[in-house]
Amino acid sequence: MVTADDRGRTGGLPGVLKGLATTARTALRPTHTAEYPDVAPSLPPRSRGVIALLEENCTSCMLCARECPDWCIFIDSHKETIPAPTPGGRERQRNVLDRFAIDFSLCMYCGICIEVCPFDALHWSPQFEYAETDIRDLLHEKERLGEWMPTVPPPPALDERAAEPAEVAAANRPARGTGLVGGAGAARPPRTVRPKVVREKPSAAPQDDP
Amino acid sequence: MTLLEAALRAVAALAAFLVLPLLVGQAEHKVMAHMQGRLGPMYAGGFHGWAQLVADGVKFVQKEDITPRAADRWVFRLAPAVALVPYLVALALVPVHPGVAAVDVPGSLVLLLAATSVGALGTLMAGWSSANKYSLIGGLRAAAQLVSYELPIVLALASVALAGGSLSLAVLTERWSPLWLLWQLPGAVVFLVAAVAELQRPPFDMPVADAELVMGAWTEYTGLRFAFFLLSEYAGIVVMSLLFATLWLGGWHGPFPDALGWLWTLLKGFVVALLVIWVRVAWPRLREDQLQRLAWLWLVPLALGQLLLTGVGVVLGW
Repeated sequence: MVTADDRGRTGGLPGVLKGLATTARTALRPTHTAEYPDVAPSLPPRSRGVIALLEENCTSCMLCARECPDWCIFIDSHKETIPAPTPGGRERQRNVLDRFAIDFSLCMYCGICIEVCPFDALHWSPQFEYAETDIRDLLHEKERLGEWMPTVPPPPALDERAAEPAEVAAANRPARGTGLVGGAGAARPPRTVRPKVVREKPSAAPQDDP
Repeated sequence: MTLLEAALRAVAALAAFLVLPLLVGQAEHKVMAHMQGRLGPMYAGGFHGWAQLVADGVKFVQKEDITPRAADRWVFRLAPAVALVPYLVALALVPVHPGVAAVDVPGSLVLLLAATSVGALGTLMAGWSSANKYSLIGGLRAAAQLVSYELPIVLALASVALAGGSLSLAVLTERWSPLWLLWQLPGAVVFLVAAVAELQRPPFDMPVADAELVMGAWTEYTGLRFAFFLLSEYAGIVVMSLLFATLWLGGWHGPFPDALGWLWTLLKGFVVALLVIWVRVAWPRLREDQLQRLAWLWLVPLALGQLLLTGVGVVLGW
């Protein structure tokens, strides 16, 4: 017969019977359905749900708003003058964030805003249940974005043998001019934090041509 | 038969027609789900989602009833009824208990065959009148398939009729003996395969192939009319299963007192229906040419051989 060709046979059992056996076996086993609304799914910590804002970190530098491919981030800010702390000193200016909003009906969850934020003000939260019946309610203002912040999991621990974070290394660096300090690290000079960038000289390559 | 008795029998047939397909549908929901490692509709009505089909019915009623502008209006609207009603007629003929069939006519086997083959007309009407090329292709495929598989069904039933020496379902069931399980086995297999094909259920659902024909003849149907097509499919399973149970599995014959006969018929029919569901989950869809090949190269010769065997058996007086 054409339908039961050699591919249908495995271990001497025709494929049709094997199909029946497989489905029967599955029917006798307990189901493995994820019952989502009743049982919360266990999400990996890096899963992308909603974007949370840590308002204190935001300097309204506008990088996120400018890099956003579909322009769903809205930022308003104004400058405030801080009086000089000491008499005769210079006054300072700083940005004050008036409005920070993400329109999640436009957002495509590319994560570019989080990548580009220089001050770690934006974070991925695994929280994904924020559907609304009205599309206008998907525009989250900064208060709502801040509410997501507690749901952001702590960043993963550094690898055991990883280089120290830049801030820590900089703080631990000995003051300039003291030379080698005693202790375990005395044998070699303290390492610079930044890896050395080796630039190839552009004049080296094109001489090969005959 | 008094008027009251006739009315009672009609109401009983109608009740069976409204309840049994729902039972089969519910069984399909759950069995299919478990065979695929899912839960199936679980929530409507509380315990194990028993009211799921009721909820589906309510949903279908709420949907808009659309008739395409270019459709052949009356044919389009009549098609679901033409598909559904024959199975009601057929169900009324099936004897479930000694002396209990809604209508007990002498040639009930022939009448049942005639009724079920009218159901095919509904699919054909739907496919033709929908003003949709997918529907038309689906309808034509259905027509080809039903023509091909009607023959093995008729031949297999003819063999049983020959063995029992009657065209009445009740008489045939009365004359059934356990020996038939062996003697009529090829015909039984042929009938079962051809019945699944006749109902256009997987693996013989080439006419409705939702991946390539979008739903075949049912593409343009919405709401209640679509639900009627679904219901006719389940009613078809009920009719075919009960027919198989009465003719090949002995209907009301069982180890317990005769008063439980109807229970045996329903139980056997339900087991056959489960088999039909099981086959749907386990096997992939046949291609159009494989479908025709199976009918003409395997089922028809097998059924003819069975007829020959039965003839020899009857002549020799087995």
